Amino acid sequence: MDPELIDGANTGFVMVCAFLVLLMTPGLAFFYGGMSRSKNVLNMIMMSFSAIAVVSVLWVLYGYALTFGEDRSGLIGFSSGLLGLSDLTNNAVFGAVESGADGVINTYALPDLVFAGFQLMFAIITVALISGAVADRMKFGAWLAFISIWVTIVYFPVAHWVFAFGVAEEGGEAAGFANGFFAAETGGWIVNRLGAFDLAGGTAVHINAGAAALALVLVLGKRRGFRKEAMRPHNLPFVMLGTGLLWFGWFGFNVGSTLGATAYSGLVLINTQVAAAAAVLAWLLVEKLRDGHMTTLGAASGAVAGLVAITPACGFVNAYGAIAIGLVAGALCAVAVTLKNRLGYDDALDVVGVHLVGGLVGTLMIGIVGDQTHTLTESLVDGGSLGLLATQAIAAGAVLAYSFVVTYVLATVLKFVMGIRVSDEEEVLGIDQQTHAETAYEIGGGIGGGSGTGALPAGAARPSSVEVS
Amino acid sequence: MRLVTAVVKPFKLDDVKAALEAAGVQGMTVSEVQGFGRQRGHTEVYRGAEYSVAFVPKTRIEVLVDDADATRVVDVVVQAASTGSIGDGKVWTTPVEDVVRVRTGERGAEAL
Repeated sequence: MDPELIDGANTGFVMVCAFLVLLMTPGLAFFYGGMSRSKNVLNMIMMSFSAIAVVSVLWVLYGYALTFGEDRSGLIGFSSGLLGLSDLTNNAVFGAVESGADGVINTYALPDLVFAGFQLMFAIITVALISGAVADRMKFGAWLAFISIWVTIVYFPVAHWVFAFGVAEEGGEAAGFANGFFAAETGGWIVNRLGAFDLAGGTAVHINAGAAALALVLVLGKRRGFRKEAMRPHNLPFVMLGTGLLWFGWFGFNVGSTLGATAYSGLVLINTQVAAAAAVLAWLLVEKLRDGHMTTLGAASGAVAGLVAITPACGFVNAYGAIAIGLVAGALCAVAVTLKNRLGYDDALDVVGVHLVGGLVGTLMIGIVGDQTHTLTESLVDGGSLGLLATQAIAAGAVLAYSFVVTYVLATVLKFVMGIRVSDEEEVLGIDQQTHAETAYEIGGGIGGGSGTGALPAGAARPSSVEVS
Repeated sequence: MRLVTAVVKPFKLDDVKAALEAAGVQGMTVSEVQGFGRQRGHTEVYRGAEYSVAFVPKTRIEVLVDDADATRVVDVVVQAASTGSIGDGKVWTTPVEDVVRVRTGERGAEAL
């Protein structure tokens, strides 16, 4: 293809956004790692890093072909030429070059390889998000098997439903965003045929990961001591570090999803920021009223809940709508994370309470506070009907149901084929030491310099100690 | 000789230390401990869930004293550590057979 078709600004911008979205997963590793107990922090971090490794390879081999290949009835894509991204190695250009309607929706003119790289990072973080629910007790080998299959049979199809907006054939008319909204006969069924709004993945990423997390913990079972011990975060500064990295990376996630550097991208930037901020305040308020104190963990969770909720809506609301979504998400998720104690499912680090609930809030609230400047559809606050809300609910419900059911079956099969839970002994001693042969903290170093829980006497025969005369 | 052991509220450590020094005590051993007495543990709320905390953090202070000083030292500790509220802790003494100062080899009262 003609290199002149490539828009340098868009290309550079989306490429940098891809890097930012990748950074979210190490950020998530710290977010979850700090929340877990000290004996399992490395396992927690390894679940995120292994998601980067596994998903990157599968995406290049066949994931992109299944997600963004030629549409098959709106349910899945496939193009053999996209296996190994082989057809993309010669400057293929994604998107139409003509300008979009009203300057609101931009055109892209990105190299397809840049788009493929950007979308890869979404697949990684979605998979990694699930790990928070299974903290402290899932077998690492089973995790690797689970994510390999899950990303293939759940994420790739669902991402096709939501992200594979109809792309113009060579010389044909652009569809989806580029054609002024969702009229195409081709492309993922949610974005094109149903016409639901989800800019950056409230359904495909957050509802998807949250529903999968719920199904997985129902099969996996509770941690020993759940509801008896407090199991507080072992390192809240790690949690805050991770939250900061997630927040920073989220601009790549949301703003990058406009696929260009435009005024519209600015709207998404502002909405993303203000929703997260409002959600922090709402979460802290709920904590103050309910528990009597405002916690650091609450501030972190509130920020993430707001970012989750604004993800689908970031380009379809104005700043007032974004603040409303942030406030509702912060307050509702703060309540939702206590449901596990009442209902008895052990969602260890609140993936369900934050990502499933937050994703639902954002996806549905587009139908309530959506701005018709951007949706061309009246939401409830504009005096519109329930139609848009219903459309959003169908999209959210479909992803939730598909992800939950398939994940439940997959987890059950793995449970019987290979076992998905560590032994009782391993759970008590810690997965770090038992599975990974490492421990995160060697403070004092009194255990002979090794990684083990070790034998007494402390400090004896520590080879690194040097005699000073 | 006797060993005076006090388990007190952690925030009272400075007061007890100052009072003991004023009373002429020249050394002490301090450690962080956890436990419960008649107060039992307590419950705390975190992230909307209530948990019972069986063991309450306390500070243990140990002082070796001559028999003649034991009662006075105990009184000093009790006075300094008291807040009048539940969970103030306990002080007790136990007989000590022998004490040796490691550096000099002094024994008994001389080693105090």
